Amino acid sequence: MAEKDVIIGLEVHVQLNKLNSKLFCGCSTGYHDSPPNTHTCPVCLGLPGTLPVVNRRAVEYAIRVALALNCAIQGETLFYRKNYYYPDLPKAFQITQYDFPLGLGGAILIRGEDGEEKRIRITRVHMEEDPGRLVHAGTIDRAKYSMVDYNRCGMALLEVVTEPDLRSPKEARAFLDKLRNILEYLDVFDGNLEGAMRIDSNISLVGGERAEIKNISSHKGVEKALAYEITRQRSARRRGVAQVQETRHYDELRGITVTIRTKEEAHDYRYFPEPDLVPMRIADWVPRVEAELPELPDAKRERFVVDYDIADDHAKSLTSEIRVANFYELVAKRASPRLAAVWIADVLKGELNYRDATIDRFSPGHMVEILDMIEKGKITEKGAVEVIRTILDHGGDPAGVVEAKGLARAEDDAVMEAVRAAVEECAQAVADYRSGNEKAINFIVGMVMKRTRGRADPGEANRLVKEALDGAGGA
Amino acid sequence: MGASAEDAVAALFGKIKRSRLNAYNVLSEDLALERARDFDRSPWSGLMAGVPIAIKSCISTRGIETNCSSRILSGYTPPYDATVIERLKEEGAIIVGKTNMDEFAMGTSTETSYFGPTRNPWDLDRVPGGSSGGSAAAVAAGEAPAALGSDTGGSIRCPASFCGIVGLKPTYGLVSRYGLVSYANSLEQIGPLTLTVEDAALVLDVIAGHDPRDSTSADTPGGYLSALDRGVDGLTLGVPEEYFGEGVNPKVERSVWDAISKLEELGASWKEVSLPHTKYALAAYYIIAMSEASSNLARFDGLRYGLRLGADQDWHTTFSDIRAAGFGPEVKRRVLLGTYALSAGYYGRYYLKALKVRTLIKEDFERALSVGGADLLVTPTMPFPAFKIGERIEDPLSLYMADVFTVPINLAGVPAISVPCGFADGLPIGLQIIGRHFDEVSVLRAAKAYEDATPYHEAVPKEVV
Ligand SMILES: [Zn+2]
Repeated sequence: MAEKDVIIGLEVHVQLNKLNSKLFCGCSTGYHDSPPNTHTCPVCLGLPGTLPVVNRRAVEYAIRVALALNCAIQGETLFYRKNYYYPDLPKAFQITQYDFPLGLGGAILIRGEDGEEKRIRITRVHMEEDPGRLVHAGTIDRAKYSMVDYNRCGMALLEVVTEPDLRSPKEARAFLDKLRNILEYLDVFDGNLEGAMRIDSNISLVGGERAEIKNISSHKGVEKALAYEITRQRSARRRGVAQVQETRHYDELRGITVTIRTKEEAHDYRYFPEPDLVPMRIADWVPRVEAELPELPDAKRERFVVDYDIADDHAKSLTSEIRVANFYELVAKRASPRLAAVWIADVLKGELNYRDATIDRFSPGHMVEILDMIEKGKITEKGAVEVIRTILDHGGDPAGVVEAKGLARAEDDAVMEAVRAAVEECAQAVADYRSGNEKAINFIVGMVMKRTRGRADPGEANRLVKEALDGAGGA
Repeated sequence: MGASAEDAVAALFGKIKRSRLNAYNVLSEDLALERARDFDRSPWSGLMAGVPIAIKSCISTRGIETNCSSRILSGYTPPYDATVIERLKEEGAIIVGKTNMDEFAMGTSTETSYFGPTRNPWDLDRVPGGSSGGSAAAVAAGEAPAALGSDTGGSIRCPASFCGIVGLKPTYGLVSRYGLVSYANSLEQIGPLTLTVEDAALVLDVIAGHDPRDSTSADTPGGYLSALDRGVDGLTLGVPEEYFGEGVNPKVERSVWDAISKLEELGASWKEVSLPHTKYALAAYYIIAMSEASSNLARFDGLRYGLRLGADQDWHTTFSDIRAAGFGPEVKRRVLLGTYALSAGYYGRYYLKALKVRTLIKEDFERALSVGGADLLVTPTMPFPAFKIGERIEDPLSLYMADVFTVPINLAGVPAISVPCGFADGLPIGLQIIGRHFDEVSVLRAAKAYEDATPYHEAVPKEVV
């Protein structure tokens, strides 16, 4: 439900995890399966005397994102120091663009609560470095000690900040899904990696102060936390308790938000320009980066409708994830594009969702084979679904599965033979049919299916039995 | 061939160990002797092949403790070399040890060191200047033929002046700062302290040049040594009126005027110039330096390296205790003042204003050194010679005032050298020669011409044994 009194704005931290190296040093970004503190160097550990050097590729990626979000790109990059003490921050300051964002004033379209396209404004996009990660021995409030892993420290982050244009938890989720989709299209981001996206949500009821819910990593989590928070703020209002400006933490296990600090405790981060970095003129980069921007989801969706002559709903479903869109295009080149759209958007995606799997689990070649068998009538639609499920669950290839499971649609001769035999066998049913009981034909068709062990197409069998009976009657 | 490198290095360590100066706080004797033996076995080539050099304790050396003369970093041994150290090693130099300094380079006297003050070889009761006092004293007393220092507001030139040697602060961006433990990033440079201008040019040739690890470093052609002997004929010297008069020791002033006359004799001409914003330089300098320092020094919490006290408490208590015990009073003063200056509500009144003053000062220098104006400026390095240990340490403001002729140069980012130009009651006096951005060549050739025509650099302090 779109809720008129709900105001939501998001601050999304996006890790540019498709870069090869971190934002200010040469450390590799592929730390996700590595032991703690193995992807570090003197620079990202902030050892005395080390200096940051901006990864130009990271700036290019940031420009790519800002352009895709329709932001205006600033003429030069400028970095600030945000000073605060925390064990995961080895320099005791974070280098961030904060007050001088690279991109300003963008917008993207999402599907709103009413089903219509809705424009969500982007306030700004800025770059900053990721801190390390604390690992607590036990729960955060009871741990005897904590450990720090600096592998993540210095990863390039983008902060994408929206205007308070979202009106429901569902819209917030739609925005996040769309943002992730765009980022993956831009090839700057892999949303499947741990910690790839972290979201701070600002939520208030009209006329009330806002609460900021910090650091949720799943889109579903954001949706749930916001739903809880709306209920909480409404009930507080009913009880006459005013919402104060505060920061809250979402407890995923209990499904509730709890307060961390109120405004009075807000930090003074003592921002000042980072003296170790010189401004970088990026105005000249923009035309090239813009020219190299890949096709984005909305454009791809329109092109699919035109080029492949498929339904808009199918096109939307196929383009909602770059991997699926690429998969579809590979298949559509070698099979009927319309048939491919139906089978990928309606069947394959559903089977994948059910298994919580991504499209990487299925080979486009196998899809082409399956579509080919459907088109040539070698397998039934039911059989095709069975082939897809079997491959997803047990592996193998379409031809092998058809063979092993005996899913090949019976040859016409065999079906004709079965029809003849069934008509002979079921004299009573034949008589009933001829005396006007049309339903009696189902019994005969059932016999045909039984004799062909299900390989006959039921519709086809029905037609042939009818033909046999009507023909015989006429003779 | 003369004595082996091993013998020379061993003799140097003998001298250092007999010394009463406290010029070093870490010696890398084993590494140095091993390297000298390697050199004797198969001598390598390089601009500084086999030459021992002392390194200020705030420059990172792999495997050699780099403590910035602070308790909080005692025992910290970096896993990496500063770019200047890599370059020295590539050219064959041998690192002797790390020299004493004011804690985190915050001082003008080397008295704020956790390891006690360094003494001036010309008078053991006096300070060597600071903050690179250990480097200057070591070179002046023959405990190292050359040293590296760092200069944030005069920290190379002041001790060079007080110890009667040559000290060069290069143009901001000429020498990589990668590996220099930051005090005030936007002001400081690493530079040489040596007995002669020629040695300074040699060391500069080795350490200068672009470094991809320092975004503020510039690409320059170098070639300082080869440009030394061009003399001063045709150069115009500017004499800034604000650098003479009140507050300047008359003997210092006399020596500097004598030096100007000498340079005139050698073919230069001179004229008076004005740097009208000089009076705001100290305030702007200290606000900028302390603000940057408050951020730079926040990382020292004992968590990853450095001081650790007994049993750990919770994070906030533990790091607060470590910082309380690990920093000396001058460092705490500057961190607190810098934190204040950057705070919400004060940032515009202090930090931003200081940056504006800095721009005005830079413009002063650009005007005075513009084409058609002066090629170089000459001034006293310090308003007075070395003072007594303990004389000013309780009065921070009077110590800050001592930097009045050196800090404007850092604010402007221009190069400046201090060369010996006389004595006042047996204590050395320094002449400061200031050049245009990246015009170290003119600075060095004027210094060399002056040095060739005067005997002051040959004087030997009495503490040299
Ligand atoms: Zn690193």
